[in-house]
Amino acid sequence: MVVPIYYYLILSAILFSIGVAAFLIKRNIITVFMSIELMLNAVNLTFVAFAHHWHQVSGQIFVFFVMVVAAAEAAVGLAIIIAVFRTRNTLNVDAVDLMKL
Amino acid sequence: MTSTADLHLWPLWLLPVVPFAGFVANGLIGRRLPKPVVSAIALIATLIPFLQVTNIWLHFKSIPVPYVENIGTWIWTGAFHADFAFQLDQLTMIMLLVVTGVGFLIHIYSVGYMAHEEGYWRFFAYLNLFMFFMLTLVLAENFLLMFVGWEGVGLASYLLIGFYYLKDSAAKAGKKAFVVNRIGDFGFLLAMFLLVAHFGTLSFSGVFAQVTQHPEWQGGFLTAIALFLVLGATGKSAQIPLYVWLPDAMEGPTPVSALIHAATMVTAGVYMIARTHVIFDRSPFTLGVVAIIGAATAFFAATIGLVQTDIKRVLAYSTVSQLGYMFLACGVASYASGIFHLVTHAFFKGLLFLAAGSVIHALGGEQDMRVMGGLRTKIPITFWTMTAAVFAISGLPPFAGFFSKDEILYQAFLSPNGGKILWFIGLVTAFLTAFYMFRLWYLTFFGQSRAADTHQLEQHGAAVHARADSTLVMEAEAEPDHGHGHGHAQGVHESPRIMLGPLVILGILSVIGGWIGVPAAMHGHNEIASFLAPIFGGEGAEGSNQLALTLAVVSTLTALAGWFTAHVFYYAKPELPAKLAQQLRFVYLLLLNKYKVDELYGVAVVGPLLLISRYLLKGLIDTGVVEGTAYAAGYTAQGFGALVARIQSGNIRSYAGWLSLGAAVLLIVTYFGLTAHLSLR
Repeated sequence: MVVPIYYYLILSAILFSIGVAAFLIKRNIITVFMSIELMLNAVNLTFVAFAHHWHQVSGQIFVFFVMVVAAAEAAVGLAIIIAVFRTRNTLNVDAVDLMKL
Repeated sequence: MTSTADLHLWPLWLLPVVPFAGFVANGLIGRRLPKPVVSAIALIATLIPFLQVTNIWLHFKSIPVPYVENIGTWIWTGAFHADFAFQLDQLTMIMLLVVTGVGFLIHIYSVGYMAHEEGYWRFFAYLNLFMFFMLTLVLAENFLLMFVGWEGVGLASYLLIGFYYLKDSAAKAGKKAFVVNRIGDFGFLLAMFLLVAHFGTLSFSGVFAQVTQHPEWQGGFLTAIALFLVLGATGKSAQIPLYVWLPDAMEGPTPVSALIHAATMVTAGVYMIARTHVIFDRSPFTLGVVAIIGAATAFFAATIGLVQTDIKRVLAYSTVSQLGYMFLACGVASYASGIFHLVTHAFFKGLLFLAAGSVIHALGGEQDMRVMGGLRTKIPITFWTMTAAVFAISGLPPFAGFFSKDEILYQAFLSPNGGKILWFIGLVTAFLTAFYMFRLWYLTFFGQSRAADTHQLEQHGAAVHARADSTLVMEAEAEPDHGHGHGHAQGVHESPRIMLGPLVILGILSVIGGWIGVPAAMHGHNEIASFLAPIFGGEGAEGSNQLALTLAVVSTLTALAGWFTAHVFYYAKPELPAKLAQQLRFVYLLLLNKYKVDELYGVAVVGPLLLISRYLLKGLIDTGVVEGTAYAAGYTAQGFGALVARIQSGNIRSYAGWLSLGAAVLLIVTYFGLTAHLSLR
């Protein structure tokens, strides 16, 4: 049985929307960070689905790139989060607003 | 061709440059030099030109006139060309003699008069600067260089009127002179533009040659040029309607009044008309205008002079009036007699001012004639020299003014267009002149000293004199003391010799100065007219000797009548003037208030100008349009910036919100195919 592509796309859209919503709503930096990962992986899902659908390998390769970048991003991001927590003793994003006019 | 070098004469450009060197020396380091050095520099810087002019005069017959000395190109753009060129001819010669001669005498006098003043070096620097510009004006060979001198003497005049710059009235008088002169200079400028447009050159010889070649040119644009030149001349020579600055210019030190505002600068307008007479001769209308302006100014200023109480103001109005005579002479195309009167006027009016300065000096700064009197025996040399000048200006034979004024009246009488009326106005003015000059003479030198009755006098005419007195008192207080702390009733003293020398020399010139122009009717040769004949051509109309003699007798009798009237009013029956002033109160007040011309100009010109400037130009145009545009641009950027700055809140989640909003918008746009429409456009 072949699963139609729109199943994957709908799932991906749902995941992405959850990611966006969490990104906007949550105040904890780590949660925000996790929602970004969620969005990235939702996009990955569409890449894989389309790659399978069109029998093209480039979609799969893109996913690997995304995962590499996401890993690097996670490393840097977590380092920043730790640095922020050390100086400000909080992980609330609303409290970190020094960069304003 | 011979040049000045062959005759062992110095080049002409040295004439103005030497005083300029004096100005630079005194102006730059005069402050640190002792007074004798300052005066030595200034005197040498005027003595050298005087000697040079004398030398030129002695060799004048062997110089090919008009002799033009071209120093170099000044402006050369396309078809237009102007040089630094100086010119020597008969007219220049006479002006040079007057300017350097009288100028040098007044420099000598100033050494004594200004001896105790602050800013001694400044005074002499300005005086030398004036000589520089005046000589440039006189020597210039083209309109443009003449204009440089013309503006420059105006600058020197402004600086010297405002010499006591701490005194408000002096600063204002300087400004007034400058602004009023600007109006005249505007006319001069327009005349030059027209000259360039029509002739393509500003050189005197170039313009006059073209006019001479085209006898068919009559009136038309020549009238326009001449009228603009007249406007310039009325400003510089203090004629109606621009005469108002000259009486106020008396705020300057007295030697300045003598040199600039009597003998030389104010005659520049007359010189200019005489110099450009070729143009004027083609425009009978303009000549008529000049004659009417001259006659009207002569009469009008003389009437104001009748009732003034400040000795210098009487002389100022007298100067305006005498300049009117010169204009009248030019207006009836008798330029030689105008220049003749210019020369004699330089002698006797220069002397009158210097003598008045000597009186003021003797009285420790007092200028009000009502508190003078009885000075005849106390300052005898001043008295006798002033007497010579008074007789000269009143036109009594054989003093200088008689011949020149008589010549003008004679020429006016012979003039075909309304000459008799002009002559009659001139005659009445001669009567008035004699009257106010002898009034000054009697009030100053005869009777008892009235210094003690000052207070009483002021109360007597309190209402009438309120305004005049307040200014006088202020002037008396502000007048820098000449270093004599005494009240004037006690320590009246004759001036030092350095001041009396020029007085005596000018006194002699006031007596004999007119003999250069004794008319043929009196068995003279009228040397000055024949000397100037190469420039002006023969004098126009010639009447019979009998007519000339009759007119001379009439004008002499008129002058005597003026003297007699003044004698009755101010010597025989001194109570008479007050009575008459009571009876003719309206006329008296009108004259005392100078016909309220200043007030009229204030309402008609200055007021509207201020209103327009303040509300229309400043309020609407400047603040509204110019400033408004700049502010609008600034505020727009600022407001927009403030709005956009809110986006950068520092709140990460709001950034995220904007990001997702943008993404959503892009998504919707893509979905509904709006991009297709947009790209189609």
